Amino acid sequence: MTLRVAHYLNQFFAGIGGEEVADRPPQSHEGPIGPGNLLASLLGPDGTVVSTLVCGDAFFNETAEEAHAAVADWLRDTGPELVVAGPAFAAGRYGVACAHVCRIADELGIPAVTALHPENPGRLTYPKAYAVPAGRTAASMKDALEAIVQLGRLLAAGDAPGPAEVEGYLPRGIRRPGHRAKPGAERAVEMLVAKLRGEPFLTEIPIDAYDAVAPAPPVADVSRVTLGLVTTGAIVPMGNPDRLKRASETRWSTYPLASRDELTADDYECVHGGFFNMIACENPNFVLPLDAVRALEREGAIGRLADFYCCTSGNDQRLADCARNGREIASALEEAGVEAALLVAT
Amino acid sequence: MVSALPPIALQAGGNRVVKGVKIEHVCGDPSLGPTGDAALRRHIVERCLEALATPVTTPTLFEVASTEEAAR
Repeated sequence: MTLRVAHYLNQFFAGIGGEEVADRPPQSHEGPIGPGNLLASLLGPDGTVVSTLVCGDAFFNETAEEAHAAVADWLRDTGPELVVAGPAFAAGRYGVACAHVCRIADELGIPAVTALHPENPGRLTYPKAYAVPAGRTAASMKDALEAIVQLGRLLAAGDAPGPAEVEGYLPRGIRRPGHRAKPGAERAVEMLVAKLRGEPFLTEIPIDAYDAVAPAPPVADVSRVTLGLVTTGAIVPMGNPDRLKRASETRWSTYPLASRDELTADDYECVHGGFFNMIACENPNFVLPLDAVRALEREGAIGRLADFYCCTSGNDQRLADCARNGREIASALEEAGVEAALLVAT
Repeated sequence: MVSALPPIALQAGGNRVVKGVKIEHVCGDPSLGPTGDAALRRHIVERCLEALATPVTTPTLFEVASTEEAAR
């Protein structure tokens, strides 16, 4: 019995065209198309590409709900035993689409695999997707498809793949208990010795690298500036109306300040779960210094304070969420005419 | 930004970092009493305004006066 494989492609790799046809809605075709032919030959007699779904990258990303429903329908109609999406290489929208295809397949209980460049934003869309590493461009098509077939066979057979570093797929951010040959202390000392000797070593807990952000130019005249207040200290109106989480929050909130000269313990509370927050509950100005800012505004040291503040719970957040929240907060401030921001981090 | 942990804020790429007091009370100090605390908080916010008006090219720390000095 041969493995029934369904393949997802964007308009470009399906040979329809580039950006001018990126708004093409999803359409399924029997059998393989474009790179699907190479996929079919790599599968050999053990597998068949039974169907290919082609969708424009713009359509998939701009009409997400419709596209996701079409993918689910296609998978239900086709009934594959393995889904292959891409490879998407470093193409951002295509990578996001492939990640969604993997997610939808997972939800339907169908094993799925894609191939992405390690920096493809699709990795943030659905980190749990099984994605093998691909180069930036289609020059690495054959290598990527070979890796897809190898991992795909394993998944389709119902075998749980070993760790990412062993099987060669991109880390999915999942840690499982397991045995190592040596205890942690010995491994840590060996790593330190290797580092001191300038020898190669492999960290067991990779830390996300921070992007360098170019400093904003200085404010020419603070006494005329519109200032915005931001905090990661989870100061919220009493009762926490948006249910801001104590930790691992992915969102941010905004609350009015227009009629307030200070934050009082009756009206505000601190819901941050990463430090002893009673002091901030008793006097929220410790985290959002509204009383001092208002005094300086009255005295003319600041032009004007924006009539709202932005806040999140800066505790055990994913770097990707932090970066997105930062961008969203910056746009909200900019739209409100804010020229400089005071951020208090706890 | 105001941070009670400036080394982390600077490492993360914060370009204008004002040193806060403690994580639990970044902008102020309850042990100083209402008047001293208000003076300290005002001093921290003033340092933020100075930081905003200062050109920087890399992550830069803006110290604040000691708690007692600022509260005077």
